[in-house]
Amino acid sequence: MLNVANLTASIEDNPILKGIDLNVGAGEVHAIMGPNGSGKSTFAHALAGRDGYEIEGTATIDGADLLEMEPEERAAAGVFMGFQYPVEIPGVNNMYFLRTALNSVRRTRGEDEIGARDFLEIAQKAMDLVEMKKDFLHRSVNAGFSGGEKKRNEILQMAVMEPRLAVLDETDSGLDIDALRVVAAGVNALRGPDRSMIVITHYQRLLDYIKPDFVHVLVDGKIVESGDHTLAVHLEDHGYAGFLNSGLDDASLSGATA
Amino acid sequence: MSETMRDIEKLTEASYEYGFSTDLDTDVAPPGLTEETVRLISAKKDEPEWLLAWRLQAFAAWQEMDEPDWAKLQIAPIDYQSISYWAAPKQKPVLDSMDDVDPEIREMFDKLGIPLHEQKMLSNVAVDAIVDSVSVTTTFKETLAEAGVIFCSFSEAVQDHPELVREHLGSVVPVRDNFFAALNSAVFSDGSFCYIPKGVRCPMELSTYFRINSMNTGQFERTLIVAEDDSHVSYLEGCTAPQRDENQLHAAVVELVAKDRSEIKYSTVQNWYPGDENGVGGIYNFVTKRGRAHTDAKISWTQVETGSAITWKYPSVILQGDRSIGEFYSVALTSKHQQADTGTKMIHIGADTTSSIISKGISAAKGQNTYRGLVKIMRSAENARNYTQCDSLLLGKECGAHTVPYIEVKNPTAQVEHEASTSTVGEDQLYYCRQRGMNEEDAMAMIVNGFCREVFDELPMEFAVEAQRLLSVSLEGSVG
Ligand SMILES: Nc1ncnc2c1ncn2[C@@H]1O[C@H](COP(=O)(O)OP(=O)(O)OP(=O)(O)O)[C@@H](O)[C@H]1O
Ligand SMILES: [Mg+2]
Repeated sequence: MLNVANLTASIEDNPILKGIDLNVGAGEVHAIMGPNGSGKSTFAHALAGRDGYEIEGTATIDGADLLEMEPEERAAAGVFMGFQYPVEIPGVNNMYFLRTALNSVRRTRGEDEIGARDFLEIAQKAMDLVEMKKDFLHRSVNAGFSGGEKKRNEILQMAVMEPRLAVLDETDSGLDIDALRVVAAGVNALRGPDRSMIVITHYQRLLDYIKPDFVHVLVDGKIVESGDHTLAVHLEDHGYAGFLNSGLDDASLSGATA
Repeated sequence: MSETMRDIEKLTEASYEYGFSTDLDTDVAPPGLTEETVRLISAKKDEPEWLLAWRLQAFAAWQEMDEPDWAKLQIAPIDYQSISYWAAPKQKPVLDSMDDVDPEIREMFDKLGIPLHEQKMLSNVAVDAIVDSVSVTTTFKETLAEAGVIFCSFSEAVQDHPELVREHLGSVVPVRDNFFAALNSAVFSDGSFCYIPKGVRCPMELSTYFRINSMNTGQFERTLIVAEDDSHVSYLEGCTAPQRDENQLHAAVVELVAKDRSEIKYSTVQNWYPGDENGVGGIYNFVTKRGRAHTDAKISWTQVETGSAITWKYPSVILQGDRSIGEFYSVALTSKHQQADTGTKMIHIGADTTSSIISKGISAAKGQNTYRGLVKIMRSAENARNYTQCDSLLLGKECGAHTVPYIEVKNPTAQVEHEASTSTVGEDQLYYCRQRGMNEEDAMAMIVNGFCREVFDELPMEFAVEAQRLLSVSLEGSVG
């Protein structure tokens, strides 16, 4: 589904990503963990097509070259990114925004647009999924939302957009316990054989709810370790200390693979 | 410059879709302005003696006045002698029904999206259509007459309701008010007249559609709205002009009289031809709009200004009666080489008067946008309040936004609040929208429309949709 090989990204000659290899199969959920500043968000943005990076290497989705596409073309190809810092758009009705987004993608794919009434149903289902109050649909996009509400709104958007690949960047940060459960439940509900996910997080807690198929550790722009979800447990106990210089030593790894 | 910024510049190279001109058989006066011209206009319109005298007095005043130069505008000198002050499409002078409107004129309005056939019209909007200097037709006259509402061209009002015109003409904007108002008073050709009797809620929106068609003519229309005690009216005006290389002058005067407990809501969507991307051509729009609000009356101005090479207008409210309310909601977009110097004046005279001002300026390409507003609290205005909010949005590096608030407070009980902000369309916002699948043009239009939301919310439904579309079109260009 998603194939990334030797992907590098730099900003004004500062290398941030230093050669990422990652293959995400259909229906798989991959978690990426790593210390602050290691390049997790940069990786997500590189996949979503943000301006301002010099990028090399390859990234394909279902064989199609992602790196050649504009951000909106990537969206139409099924890439959805849940932002670590969702953007506020004052004066733009949340529901209108969502419908425009969905119909833009559908138009690009040559599908019929969805009318206001049908859309309301889709939106209602998504709202139920993330247990969001109705008035949020009528407020401006993220404007004045609390940190947790913004994150819920990202999951709401994902539910409406039904992406092929969802990259969720720290969707769990800043959530209270109930919200975390709701967001995790939302993510689990959207899991399916045709949908792949990359979940960026700092906390094993989320991964307790969303059992990822793979966990990767990103340090200083490189994936230094990959494993199953027990790797997350190991990180929770030992931190990233063991990875920062030479990678994983045998002693600390034994706990993770036991 | 980042890629996004470059794209924004491309996006703002809009095309003007109303730039066509229609071949109408037109009666045009030779260029030039003398006392004779004023007499000619008055005679063409078969005006009463008092009105001619009023015009001549205005003309004499104008000759002694100088063009104002305080606005932040770069204008090539205007040669007032090279303009023609009278142009009228030749057609049957009196129209018995809509079917009598010249088919070419009808077609022109169809093309502008304003059908004049009653069956095709927006069901709840009465339209007065004005081409160059004269009103060609007014729709729904009978329906309105049943409610006692008079809605007709200014010329008709002069003939049919001279006492009303005479009482109110110049009562809010005196002939000597300013250079352009004096000019208008001398040579105004036509416009709309509305009269809402006591206690009547006007059953439909009233709207005037202005179209400049002829070359080298100025358009000088005059609008007068009188709302008697306890009445209510919502009035809309829209404007377009063909694409021409010469600058054309438009100097209008609008007077509103809101008697006790009445309400006048006046909305404008101004889309005169703005000139091309090199700054050639376009309308010079110098407009004086003012209302007088009596006791407990409310006057609300809403304007969406996207056209004209130069816009100079300050719709104002004289808050004369106690507890009267004045509002000003404005979106001004300047792109290409457009310049706008616009804002409002709120003159608080009565006690407990309230005014609010929401101004949204959008500058793109080489556009220059100035908000200029005066809030004046007179000694008599106990407990007056004003709230002003001016937000500017910059789309590019060569455009400019300026805010020039004047505040004069002569009564210590006044509360005056002013907030201002300047922002750019965030690349983050654009990226966020694009990540959700919208192309850059749509994303930009959405963000800019969001910025204008508070003002658009004030517009009547049909106009709000039109305004949003206009804004998108004005920002649109060819994306790579
Ligand atoms: N526009 C930029 N200019 C310069 N450096 C940048 C820019 N954007 C990101 N960086 C740097 O790139 C590195 C990686 O940032 P990134 O946001 O990808 O980290 P992260 O792993 O997501 O961190 P966190 O866990 O704190 O979210 C950081 O050192 C950051 O300072
Ligand atoms: Mg991050």
